[in-house]
Amino acid sequence: MNDLTIPLTMQVNGTDHSIDVEPRRHLADVLREDLALTGTHLGCEHGVCGACTVLIDGEPARACLMLAVQAEGSEIVTIEGLADADGTMHPVQAAMHQAMSFQCAFCTPGFLMSTIALLRDNPSPTTEEIREELSGNLCRCTGYQSIVDGVETAVELMGSDR
Amino acid sequence: MKFPPFTYHRPRSIEEALDLLAEHGDDAKVLAGGQSLLPVMALRLGRPEHIVDIGSIVELATIDVDDDRLRVGAMVRHAEAEGSPRVAERAPLLRAALPHVGHRAIRSRGTVVGSIAHADAAAELPAVCLATNAEIELRSATQSRTINAADFFDGHFTTVAHSDELVTSVRFGTPGTHHAVIEQSRRHGDYAMVGVACQLTIADAIVTSAALAFFGVSSTAVRVAEAEAALIGTDAGPEAIASMRAAVTDVLEPDGDIHATAAYRRHVAGVVAARSIHAALHNEEAAA
Repeated sequence: MNDLTIPLTMQVNGTDHSIDVEPRRHLADVLREDLALTGTHLGCEHGVCGACTVLIDGEPARACLMLAVQAEGSEIVTIEGLADADGTMHPVQAAMHQAMSFQCAFCTPGFLMSTIALLRDNPSPTTEEIREELSGNLCRCTGYQSIVDGVETAVELMGSDR
Repeated sequence: MKFPPFTYHRPRSIEEALDLLAEHGDDAKVLAGGQSLLPVMALRLGRPEHIVDIGSIVELATIDVDDDRLRVGAMVRHAEAEGSPRVAERAPLLRAALPHVGHRAIRSRGTVVGSIAHADAAAELPAVCLATNAEIELRSATQSRTINAADFFDGHFTTVAHSDELVTSVRFGTPGTHHAVIEQSRRHGDYAMVGVACQLTIADAIVTSAALAFFGVSSTAVRVAEAEAALIGTDAGPEAIASMRAAVTDVLEPDGDIHATAAYRRHVAGVVAARSIHAALHNEEAAA
């Protein structure tokens, strides 16, 4: 009985998916293994590091702390959903690229997704607010200063678009 | 880490959920936001055979006011409560505690009632329940009951809820006039080594009621009546705060662990208690 799969319908980066999944599997594994969206990274796999952060119905969440079946009916955005179809980077991606906001870059997808939620709700955060909002994402290279710089660059880039 | 196998249930109503809990009892765990249960399963600290996912039960996702008390249903997520004007107005101590719970990506999934039912002794929300004399509302397939927060928490990760019961909602008590939650942790967003939820009522510059509920110092959150008594009837000035602080360090007997020695915890309990009075008086949002 434990081996039964159940049907799951969700939208990921604008595409509808209907698949069968084992209930024990977390969302990050289903994104990576079943949908081949390997940009969502798994660091600690118990909710501490933030590398697997994705947007669930617009809100940032740990894809490792969610059963995939809990995403039934949800709209999910992963790192692969940020750039335009022609490869033009999202302004947050462009800003972090410009500011060199990464060293090994393993944590980068999670930081990007958290930053996108932050800047949507608060387009001109203070440095303190940036640090608070990104406190749930860990960088083992400890490159936090350049990450905060990247977010501040994104604030400037996105501000100049308005 | 991967979760151990289980049988997944997705009830569409409270009654259906209660029937499942009646059938599977000790072998079942309720899944709401999953931000406590799923790490427990990932780390194999628990491996329930049945998961009852209450995420589709719409009637549990409501915040309402019942008999002048704020009632928060079992599927109300931290982030929703944090942004709710009703919570800010009716349960300001809960509002003050919420930014301390995990991180934003945790609060967008985790639930208020889940944090309470999980009963982590180092967590903020059980202390908020004690400080506000909250009432925990439980239902099983055969009965409903309401338990005062003071009688609900039984130990670390343990409550008096039976395995066939669902905590359907929590009713928070009457607010005071001044509130603060102050905690000390190794890293921002980590569980506190020591923290306190403080609710005061001040009329004509005199403290008429005080609640100080500490977390991270015992097997449950704990109120210190002697410290509260040291404040009542005073102006909450420096002398009153000093005697309150002495009472805290006298009464609390925290354990030491890898994060902090017992003596350090006891000292910091006094420090956060004093800071919480200052913060409450200045109506400051507690900085972590």
